[in-house]
Amino acid sequence: MSISIDQSKCIGCRRCHDVCPGTLIKINEDKKAFIKYPKDCWGCTSCIKECPVHAIQFFLGEDIGGKGSKVHTEKVKGEKNDIVRWFFELNDGSVKTIDIDPKESNKY
Amino acid sequence: MKIEKIKTGLLIIGGGTAGCYAAITAAGIRDVANNAASNAAENKGDGLKILVVEKANIKRSGCLAAGVNALNAYITEGRTPKDYVDYAKKDADGIVREDLLYSISEKFNEVTAHLEKLGLVILKDKDGKYVTRGNRNIKINGENIKPILAAAVAKAPNVQVLNHVNIFDFSVHDNKIDGAFGFGIENDTFYAIEADAVIVATGGASGLYRPNNPGFSRHKMWYPPFNTGAGYAMGIRHGAEMTTFEMRFIALRCKDTIAPTGTLAQGVGAKQVNALGEVYETKYGISTSERVYGTVAENLEGRGPCYLRTVGISPEQEESLLKAYLNMAPSQTIRWIENDTPSKANVEIEGTEPYIVGGHTASGYWVDTNRATTIEGLYAAGDVAGGAPQKYVTGALAEGEIAAKSAVEYINATVDRHAPLQGARNDVETEATIKEAEIASHVAEIETYLSQKNSLYTTEQLEEAMQIAMDEYAGGITTGYGYTEKQLNIAKEKIDEIESLTGKLSATDLQEVMYIYELKERLTVCKSVIAHLATRHETRWHSFAENLDYPEKDNANFRKYVNSRLENGEIKIILRDLTAEGQKNYEHQH
Repeated sequence: MSISIDQSKCIGCRRCHDVCPGTLIKINEDKKAFIKYPKDCWGCTSCIKECPVHAIQFFLGEDIGGKGSKVHTEKVKGEKNDIVRWFFELNDGSVKTIDIDPKESNKY
Repeated sequence: MKIEKIKTGLLIIGGGTAGCYAAITAAGIRDVANNAASNAAENKGDGLKILVVEKANIKRSGCLAAGVNALNAYITEGRTPKDYVDYAKKDADGIVREDLLYSISEKFNEVTAHLEKLGLVILKDKDGKYVTRGNRNIKINGENIKPILAAAVAKAPNVQVLNHVNIFDFSVHDNKIDGAFGFGIENDTFYAIEADAVIVATGGASGLYRPNNPGFSRHKMWYPPFNTGAGYAMGIRHGAEMTTFEMRFIALRCKDTIAPTGTLAQGVGAKQVNALGEVYETKYGISTSERVYGTVAENLEGRGPCYLRTVGISPEQEESLLKAYLNMAPSQTIRWIENDTPSKANVEIEGTEPYIVGGHTASGYWVDTNRATTIEGLYAAGDVAGGAPQKYVTGALAEGEIAAKSAVEYINATVDRHAPLQGARNDVETEATIKEAEIASHVAEIETYLSQKNSLYTTEQLEEAMQIAMDEYAGGITTGYGYTEKQLNIAKEKIDEIESLTGKLSATDLQEVMYIYELKERLTVCKSVIAHLATRHETRWHSFAENLDYPEKDNANFRKYVNSRLENGEIKIILRDLTAEGQKNYEHQH
């Protein structure tokens, strides 16, 4: 279970570092974030939600059946309030999205 | 390493669900008291100082980092707290403390209302009533539940938060706690914290057993891999009485992603079916442990794999499921997007490795109704506290509140009211309870780990060895959760051996020192788990405590709490009689 960080996008804001519940993300000398302990990631996606420039993507390990999709979220303007859009970039290059309205409860 | 000494009134160790709510509650109490005495100018600035110490960051730390999809403990219309107590009692086959269950059940709805006020989205019908899921659950959007709690802590008066500081030992003198020791993971600082009272809210223990997927995805587990049983271990080492460690928790989860199954079972009514398509849950019973046991048994008897039958759900149901999982366990949604969605393929399920967690089973500190542990001045809340299974989020909040009220009452009763509270004023010198020699000894140990080189084994290797020993000899996934006395003896020997190797481990920074301490915490908890499993000569809960030497339930001898306490380095087992039916108050007999 882990994440990948695109350092060319990273702006060094440290927000991913600050929220990781395992303190697994560190900042290197160039002020870029990197995951120091990738095997220790729980997969909570807190860092992905914090990243203001969508530099962090989440994926399923191959050992648990991952097929190469990368996932990130973006905040987009909805009709009433901001919604969270989840992007799923599949291995074949196609992209799927799911919108979550934070003001809307789960149905189940 | 810099050494920082801090004095505070109330120290809360662990800023998860229970810890945050304890901080909010304690701050609120003093707020009320200060308002009442607002004319007394001398009171200004003397409010109780509250310090939350968290090894990560309270915004996303603990069990609810990814969110939670429902509040599973709520008293719905027409139901009473007694109904909830009866449910939890039945699920644990009698081994619960009714006083503890009553005290949380009576607060479920009140803490829920407070959460809503703080910003949690709860689904309501057109009359403004909460929409329920089954008899005890309400529907929410709990993705941001932890940021909501963290924001409330930030607003609470007199609360200071130390993030990224790992507490690894209590300071206890004559069975009375007066503080704790820790270190900053990233700031090269040792902390000696003196406190008038302490609430331990560090959660339960994961990582004791080999996980479902021990390779790259070893941390894709049900319980937070960062909850290492620190609170249990610190208490055990200082002689606190612990209860029911033999009632392990094993979650029934979606295979590989280890995502929740309750949302499928309760949300869209998915039944547990075997590979032949037969519904098997009715055959084994539907208690939490029986649902796991049935799945294990079907596999052993050649009717695996097992599934939750979701094929045929409507497109609307499917869409709602994909969204619901994004709000609590995003891996499962990715899984569905990469493969067949639940309307097209049933969801394969499996049992996890065992965990020790007082929010789901009854393992943890032996507390009185006020959540006082057997160490004076130390209170326990949430997964670290025992006796009250099926606590869930609202139960953890309720216990945080109860522990905070009790701790503040204790401080008010024991600390001289005319003297400024400890830590309230920096210009008043009070006698230090933590001695320099104690600080020096802890610092020396940490520096040994940082300076010694050439350790044959790494912390990671010893952790893996521990998990293999527990898996193979103390009832892990490999043995279908069963164990015998002979196997437990081997487990104990192996854990002792691994523990003896920890002294030579080396670390390059304080985060790696934390990993060494976490390993030692887990080893301490393992020893207690083994001792408890070896004591209960019966099988009361399938899978959770599957004693192959004693496959039947023994009501004549084991309708009792199995408790333990470390005395002179040995785990002493104490069998205690169950509290009386309907008993609402329990006091320690010190």
